[in-house]
Amino acid sequence: MSTESATGTTATFDRVADIIADTADIPREKITPESHAIDDLGIDSLAFLDIAFAVDKAFGIKLPLERWTQEVNEGKVPAEEYFVLKNLCARIDALVAEKAAKV
Amino acid sequence: MRLEYFEMIDQVVRLDRAAGRIECVAQVPEASPVFEGHFPGHPLVPGVLLTETMAQASGYLVLAHLDFAQMPFLMAVDKARFRSFVGPGARLEITASLEHDGSGYAVTKAAIRHEGKALCDAELRFRTMPFPDGLDAPMRERAQKIGLLDGAGA
Repeated sequence: MSTESATGTTATFDRVADIIADTADIPREKITPESHAIDDLGIDSLAFLDIAFAVDKAFGIKLPLERWTQEVNEGKVPAEEYFVLKNLCARIDALVAEKAAKV
Repeated sequence: MRLEYFEMIDQVVRLDRAAGRIECVAQVPEASPVFEGHFPGHPLVPGVLLTETMAQASGYLVLAHLDFAQMPFLMAVDKARFRSFVGPGARLEITASLEHDGSGYAVTKAAIRHEGKALCDAELRFRTMPFPDGLDAPMRERAQKIGLLDGAGA
């Protein structure tokens, strides 16, 4: 479950933003919940996989990148659903909850 | 090893699917045009070819793990360290372990030893994607040739 921090962001967002700043060498203050990973932050596919690996490890999950990519490419889901950080964080929270429910 | 053809792995000695680990061997040739330049009169296996050797051992491990459903392509090399020199005629022992099986990518840690001594190690990342047209069969053929598909699969 996410908790709101003093800055109004969730713990998940703060952790993901730290990962992005560290992995993709982007100034931390530039990263907001509304940031689009590709359009706003300029993260390319290689850097996104670096971030996915760090997220997978940090949260103990497996981001379903292949399914997401396919859905975006087929026009079933707009890219913002996955690449705007607040949406990405919501999906991370859901995957963490799903994993916890299975244990 | 056939350095000029990028055939770096001679044989898979052991493949532990459950543990996600592979052990391979490779014999550095006595002579190769590579040694004419690296270096004149002082032949050493180049670090890039040792990296390629670790990548190929890792690649075969990922191929086996995915049952040849997808092809791994080297995407990133992290923390590569070359700890010792090695030259013609050396027998290399290569190990790789699967660190993370991601969606569309895989991460391994690989190392090479020579006469019991650590030669090099690295963390490698691969993008996994559908086989490009025509690559599936030759990859299976090479895997068969080095023993990935038979006795080593125990």
